[in-house]
Amino acid sequence: MSKNNGEYLIIRNDNKYEVIIGLEVHAQVLSKSKLFSTSSTKFGSEPNTQVSLVDAAFPGMLPVINEHCIKQAVKTGIGLKAKINKRSIFDRKNYFYADLPQGYQISQYKNPIVGEGSVTLDMPNGEKNIGIERLHLEQDAGKSIHDIDPQNTLVDLNRSGVALMEIVSKPDLRSLDEVNAYIKKLRSIMRYLGTCDGNMQEGSLRADVNVSVRKKGDKKLGTRCEIKNVNSIKFMQMAIDFEANRQVDVIEEGGSIDQETRLFDTKKNETRSMRSKEDAHDYRYFPDPDLLPLELNDNYIDQIKKDIPELPDEKKKRFIEKFKLSPYEANILVSDIEISKYFEEVSKNSDVKLATNWITGELFALLNEKNIEITESPISSKNLSKLINLIKDGTISGKIAKSVFEIMRRGDKDPITIVEEKGLKQQSDPKELENLINKVISENPKNVEAYKSGKDKLFGFFVGQVMKNSNGKANPKLVNEILKKKLN
Amino acid sequence: MSNITDLKLVELVDKIKKKELSSTEVTIAFIERSKKSKKLNAYISENYENAIKKAKIFDQKPDFKKKLSGIPIAVKDLFCTKNIRTTAGSKILENFIPTYESTVTQNILDEGGIIIGKLNCDEFAMGSSNETSYFGNVQNPVSENLVPGGSSGGSSSALAAKLTPATIGTDTGGSIRQPASFTGTVGLKPTYGSCSRYGIVAFASSLDQAGPMTHDVKDCSLMLEIMSNYDTKDSTSVEFKRENYLNNLNENIKGKKIGIPKEYRVDGMPKEIDELWEKGIKIIKENGGEIIEISLPNTNYALPTYYIVAPAEASSNLARYDGVKYGFRSKGENLIDMYEKTRSEGFGDEVKRRIMIGTYVLSSGYYDAYYLKAQKVRRLIKNDFDEAYKKVDAILTPSTPSSAFKIGEKLNDPVSMYLNDIFTVPINLAGLPAISIPAGHDKKGYPLGLQVIGKAFDEQSILNIAFALEKNISFKNNITDWWIK
Repeated sequence: MSKNNGEYLIIRNDNKYEVIIGLEVHAQVLSKSKLFSTSSTKFGSEPNTQVSLVDAAFPGMLPVINEHCIKQAVKTGIGLKAKINKRSIFDRKNYFYADLPQGYQISQYKNPIVGEGSVTLDMPNGEKNIGIERLHLEQDAGKSIHDIDPQNTLVDLNRSGVALMEIVSKPDLRSLDEVNAYIKKLRSIMRYLGTCDGNMQEGSLRADVNVSVRKKGDKKLGTRCEIKNVNSIKFMQMAIDFEANRQVDVIEEGGSIDQETRLFDTKKNETRSMRSKEDAHDYRYFPDPDLLPLELNDNYIDQIKKDIPELPDEKKKRFIEKFKLSPYEANILVSDIEISKYFEEVSKNSDVKLATNWITGELFALLNEKNIEITESPISSKNLSKLINLIKDGTISGKIAKSVFEIMRRGDKDPITIVEEKGLKQQSDPKELENLINKVISENPKNVEAYKSGKDKLFGFFVGQVMKNSNGKANPKLVNEILKKKLN
Repeated sequence: MSNITDLKLVELVDKIKKKELSSTEVTIAFIERSKKSKKLNAYISENYENAIKKAKIFDQKPDFKKKLSGIPIAVKDLFCTKNIRTTAGSKILENFIPTYESTVTQNILDEGGIIIGKLNCDEFAMGSSNETSYFGNVQNPVSENLVPGGSSGGSSSALAAKLTPATIGTDTGGSIRQPASFTGTVGLKPTYGSCSRYGIVAFASSLDQAGPMTHDVKDCSLMLEIMSNYDTKDSTSVEFKRENYLNNLNENIKGKKIGIPKEYRVDGMPKEIDELWEKGIKIIKENGGEIIEISLPNTNYALPTYYIVAPAEASSNLARYDGVKYGFRSKGENLIDMYEKTRSEGFGDEVKRRIMIGTYVLSSGYYDAYYLKAQKVRRLIKNDFDEAYKKVDAILTPSTPSSAFKIGEKLNDPVSMYLNDIFTVPINLAGLPAISIPAGHDKKGYPLGLQVIGKAFDEQSILNIAFALEKNISFKNNITDWWIK
């Protein structure tokens, strides 16, 4: 593997292979109730406590569409700059499985609610657009549990019928970094829109990964394999890397790739064949006669458009223009809606540059260390902006600010109070500073002499001594000025 | 009071309201007669004790504002009834007791009706003779060893034998009208979307429709009024203005234009049926109606279309009976083995046949040639009716191409059995309302029916036309109580 100019290539025997990746992301629609029933979608409840008669497919039960989920899908479609289809159809995908109570999954097959769109990625060598093929709504299945009872498989239907958006990309992704950026961008857009919480640990975001390889320069796409149900970015990358290398090996040995569905074994870090094209299920799709075609009018779509918040791309543009941030800084700050909100709250009342540095520096380090989201930050945006103002107006130095921050993180205390209580206010009174400086000079006559005879580097020593004697509170800028006057 | 069971529904309601009869008396009368009629095998489940209890409660505090105040009624076992076993005539649901009530039966309960039992039917409503039921054949009270029609065979038998004053069935391709025709009773299939499908065991979702089965058109109007409502629990339920069908019932058909489709004159149709049809035409003319020859050119394709669409939907609708969640389960080595054994043992031959046909027509490679084409033809059939209704208000046809046949006669010849639905199936495909009323007898003395087909949501017109026909025909059902010793 080599990474030239951000290119992801697999090299074997002087042959360079390009990796072609397409993703089918399954995003759980943020909704209190399921796609066709009123059961709760709350995560982590006791098994089979969120199951209605419809979810369990009792005789005579009928699906009734949850309008909120339609709205969420349309919103997401708008966020993906995609065509909203005014007429879409729910089909039945027929197959037998223990955790599929109806014996079919209701899904949109030929006529999805959202058509073609695109997602812009910010890659180190510039922007890249990834095409979206479609977005459709479908039901999730239940969960089969094989490891509780030694004889039987147990079934939990809490997830059965939960609304999913399947977002299918075009085969436009070319590297693991792009996959990472694409998933993060999708997640970010949906979180901005409030249409999916993007929580991968809880399974709110999963993906089927399509991988093929071709010799660099070839126009024709190679035969692809689909890796089913991968639930983290890291696993997606591992699976793609393994699978692409496997395919290259097969081709290099003179073989050809069979179109098939594969599973990624996270423990062994390998993909394994699940079923070939010949064994593929015949899902016998047909329009669900229990549901009428879904018809949306322009007014409905326009109404939703009006409620679309500022999305990451526009926000980034605004941050660059309004706050004079670099594209890199803007990217970081808009990547997550909560971070951008926090940033805007802090910078509203304090210096933008300092706010950017403190959020992306100290605060992110703290969040990382505690492994928490910014919404759970122990330091409120209000107190962080106060801290920044204390630095800006010279009340404390940047160094002192760091120790104030250390106290703040233990309980979101007002930094002004901390500074007062601990007496951390910066010494900026020239007379007091002069006293301190005089003391250092008189205690270090040899060094003064050495400095005066040309050892310029000793200047730092005097600053250090003054700072030390002031317990770090001396205003470094003033100390510099006065020292210079005194020594020269 | 041996004649309580001879009374019609509207008469019974009237007598209870006038306090000439109590709900308890009426309920016990029908139950007693049902108990003596076991030979008909019309019931799958009895709810007698509970019903009498409910009747007594009703009598203690009667509410006469209700349209069915204190009336006992047995219903087809395809309607899910809370706490009363619901089998759909299948082994696979032999011990299934719903915790919920279908919308249609709930409407009956809300109007003061009392459910006395669940009536036999073809397994999952797939059949035209009630011979596919896991719970055995049903006798037609008209004559011993005669089928009562199907799939609502238990309903037609129980109604004709006066075990229930009225009943309800479901009609996917003729399952209300054909048994009504075979037993000399009235059966109406409403417009698709008129009665909620919520809580009815599904056969073919785009065709299934519940409807009333009664002794006469008046009773039928009352029952339809009670059954039909807009229901948000069924996405295909339609919001339209539902009439007070009984109040508006009116035999004046002067100026009504009635279409006679030439394609319904099929080869080999018994002479009696032709004569019956002519009799109907004559009555319409005599009462000031206008007879207009019409053409429904795609009629010939209705049956093959139906036998693609209905099994396709059924194959998917019946996938839920897999032994995992409820109903019959057979032990298996693994999941697949359990499925195979459960469904092999749990379903009867006709159901399996239709699942196979349905699975086949939906399979990739065959979908376009069968299912998709059938959907297109279905549209053409509907267009035929739309075209016809530019010229006429309603259409008159025979209900069936023959009278009831003997038990076992057609059991091994599915195609001949399917041909029985030739006049009823197109109406389901077009989603239209149609009523079958008894209109005469064949030379064996078996009843024959006439069918009046209406415009969508215009049930009132076909009820009125049927009402006029009924008055002029004065049909008498010659039923002796041969099954009661």
